[in-house]
Amino acid sequence: MRSRLRGSAMTLAYERRTISRELTVDVPDRSFTVVIGPNACGKSTLLRALSRLLRPSTGAVLLDGADIHQRPAREVAKTLGLLPQSSVAPDGIGVAELVSRGRYPHQGLLRQWSREDEAVVAESMAATGVADLADRPVAELSGGQRQRVWLAMALAQQTPLLLLDEPTTYLDIAHQIEILDLCARLHEEEGRTLVAVLHDLNQAARYATHLIAMRDGQVVATGPPRTVVTAALVEEVFGLPCRIIDDPETGTPLVVPAARHRTAIGVTA
Amino acid sequence: MLSSPASAIRTNSEFTLSITQSPPSAAQTVSAHPIRRGRTATRASGLAAAVFLLAVVAVLSIAVGAKALPLADVWSGLLDPDADEYTVVHQMRLPRTLLGLLAGTALGVAGAVMQALTRNPLADPGLLGINAGASAAVATGTVLVGVAGLDGQVWIALAGAAVVTAAGYVVGGGRGATPARLALAGAALNATLYSYVNAIMLLDAASLERLRFWTVGSLASAELAIVGTVAPFIAVGLLLALAVARPLNALALGDDTARALGARPALIRAAVIAAVTLLCGAATAACGPIVFVGLLVPHLVRALTGPDLRWLLPYCAVLAPVLLLGADVLGRVLSRPGELQVGMVTAVLGGPLFLWLVLRGRVGQP
Amino acid sequence: MIVVRTPGGISLRLRPRALAVGLTCALLTLAVGVLALGSGDYPMSAADVLRTLTGGGTPAEEFIVHELRLPRLVTAIAVGAALALAGAVFQTLVRNPLGSPDLLGFTQGAATGALVVIVIGGTSTMLSGAAAVSGFATGLLVYVIAWRRGVHGYRLVLAGIGVAAILTGINGWLLTRAPLMDAARAVLWLTGSLDGRGWIHALPVLIALALLGPAVLAGAGPALRLMEMGDDSASALGVPVERLRLALLGAAVLLVSLASAAAGPVNFVALTAPHLARRLTRAPGPNLLPSALLGALLLVVADQTAQRVIPGHQLPVGVVTGLIGGGYLIWLLTAERRAGRL
Repeated sequence: MRSRLRGSAMTLAYERRTISRELTVDVPDRSFTVVIGPNACGKSTLLRALSRLLRPSTGAVLLDGADIHQRPAREVAKTLGLLPQSSVAPDGIGVAELVSRGRYPHQGLLRQWSREDEAVVAESMAATGVADLADRPVAELSGGQRQRVWLAMALAQQTPLLLLDEPTTYLDIAHQIEILDLCARLHEEEGRTLVAVLHDLNQAARYATHLIAMRDGQVVATGPPRTVVTAALVEEVFGLPCRIIDDPETGTPLVVPAARHRTAIGVTA
Repeated sequence: MLSSPASAIRTNSEFTLSITQSPPSAAQTVSAHPIRRGRTATRASGLAAAVFLLAVVAVLSIAVGAKALPLADVWSGLLDPDADEYTVVHQMRLPRTLLGLLAGTALGVAGAVMQALTRNPLADPGLLGINAGASAAVATGTVLVGVAGLDGQVWIALAGAAVVTAAGYVVGGGRGATPARLALAGAALNATLYSYVNAIMLLDAASLERLRFWTVGSLASAELAIVGTVAPFIAVGLLLALAVARPLNALALGDDTARALGARPALIRAAVIAAVTLLCGAATAACGPIVFVGLLVPHLVRALTGPDLRWLLPYCAVLAPVLLLGADVLGRVLSRPGELQVGMVTAVLGGPLFLWLVLRGRVGQP
Repeated sequence: MIVVRTPGGISLRLRPRALAVGLTCALLTLAVGVLALGSGDYPMSAADVLRTLTGGGTPAEEFIVHELRLPRLVTAIAVGAALALAGAVFQTLVRNPLGSPDLLGFTQGAATGALVVIVIGGTSTMLSGAAAVSGFATGLLVYVIAWRRGVHGYRLVLAGIGVAAILTGINGWLLTRAPLMDAARAVLWLTGSLDGRGWIHALPVLIALALLGPAVLAGAGPALRLMEMGDDSASALGVPVERLRLALLGAAVLLVSLASAAAGPVNFVALTAPHLARRLTRAPGPNLLPSALLGALLLVVADQTAQRVIPGHQLPVGVVTGLIGGGYLIWLLTAERRAGRL
């Protein structure tokens, strides 16, 4: 199993608070990797480090064997894309224009808008189903539409590796599935390597080809969903007693939380 | 915490009740009550300590000056009409101290309610254009009517502050005002009015002479008559501010939540703006624009009391004059026999303190 | 949007509307400029002005245009463009429509330097130098204070407000220390004035614009557009956010400091010009070039207005820009509310 992107013995910290020590993570090529874990387990921090938004205080993130912080930012941006959790749409910007900003790493002073740029932007909008919205102001879109526009922008970057930080947050269930289906298609049809942070265990188990389970800033288990998502592991990582059954649709593991009278947490006032 | 479902339900209903009766910062579950009582005791004794501090600073303010008075002379100067110190105390030091007390309280409380209203930790009474309005009115008065006495100036400044604040409120959206719009409206009014004031100062030397001293902010020209003029306005403003403390607590959680809790956002906003106009208009009219007291004191106090306005306001009312009088005393000590204007001292003292808060990240978490 | 492509792989993207706005501003500036050169105690017709500019005037006309009126006009154009460009950069960097150099304390810093020179008594060259140096030093100070593992827009604004308030206090105190005549000179400077400006004032701003302008416009413009979308998005697209922010901040502070040194901290141009430019071009993004051109036009027009509005008196240009800017903002707030947008 080859990995173009790996984090090696990283210490990740904000200000004085250390999130992870000696964290080593491999992202298998051409996988749909999903990071799971309870709130504040350091999964978003890991993604920030992998996308070089956070510089590890020790250790390094390696992209194709070279430290990601030693390489020119624009070069990295041609290989590694990111859909951040929070982005701000500039006032009055239209959909097509926003998506076209994803071409920045491929552009230059004299190469502002090539035919290739145009084609890729059109393609990305078609793939995410926002082509019809091209001229609409982003501010007028619904939450689900807006998230697809941001995803289109990340796609327009045309990177073989794409990181997604909680891409389904604030979306209703139909839009969540829509985004995840789209990711699965990108992974299967275009062969991109995806890394996503997801909250929903069942969605993670359904879509991921590779899972990374984290707790307290450390990796607890990695591997295909079938081996990672077990009752014992869910209890260990989330503190949630549960049963695992087969998803009737896909056959992937499905987490069913134990009924209330058996819970250990109980009702807190 | 383990509990049976039945007790959980009971706790929940009491939780709901306590929310509707009082603002959420005070709304706690039953089991938390002893802790709350403990905090109340701490807060009350803290307030007592603050009052004592204020008394010390007030005595200092009477004692310190071009001619320093020992403590015994302060006493006789205050009470004995035949004492040598009686004149200096009653003509100069006492009015000055009283004005410092009033203005400090007004600015501190106004700052606290402004910050709560705009949900902006950086809101300052100057934000709504109050200082600019008072300055513009004083400038106009000097040029057009030739208002000479300080007493007349107070009335004009007060009127200017009121008119401009009302204008800011209307431009800011009136009943539909949002914090961001209020800030923008204030910035616009400030810019326009200060341009006007500058133009007048350049065209008329008498205005320049008056305004350049007035705009620094000083307690030096205090007279008992001025104290008497502004005191009623400040008193009404304080009462109004205390009256809106509870609904304003609810408003701090957002308009929708406040409405759900039974408060009326538009009414509260109008009341707060009226209170701020009275408090700051009066303080500014009497001493000139004094920056930073209204911004800084609520900040420092919030670190002690938390965001509950019912504690925040009394603390601000006591600690803001401590800062103002302290700065005034310091200004008199530092460049004896002259003095530094208190507005200058508060800016130079308060600025680094504010920056230190920023650096530590106490404010600035968006 | 027009795209121009050459067989050599060069492709350029042009916005017709932004282009038209920029061009109109430039032409209007020139027209008002010719008018300005012809007006004064010795009136000249537009034809005479153009003839003198191209080298065919009488010695008297040459002197009046080249030594008296042209420097003032060029200072106005350069200062307006520099302030507006810096304002557009600031507003994008701190992601706040009110992010102007006044808010961040740089103009107050420049004023402190100037006031010190006025109070201790110095030449006008010393005054300009002190204003430029202290303005730039204030910029550095604010950056250092705000720095914590990089500088975020919000911290920058906070630090700026703190520093600005301290300096305002100091400035007010300095103003009370000066004799009345000097105080009048100080207030005139603080308001922003183009009165009696010579080549020595215009040149530093022009040089800074010539060096920094293209670097900011071409080098950082596209990246700045991405920074509007948040640091995370920008760095995901390959923008070295922290380094760029420092460089842009440095450039903008330098422009503001030099502009203040030349004409005083002229009110509101840095705030208003980028806003107006955005409304006129209807394009998202910082609109750097249209802002700069509009800033130049604004200041030239404001200066002409200031000279004529009260017969027999010359108002400083800062009074007019402040009234225009404030009035514009008030109008904007009311209009946006009627349109239900704010």
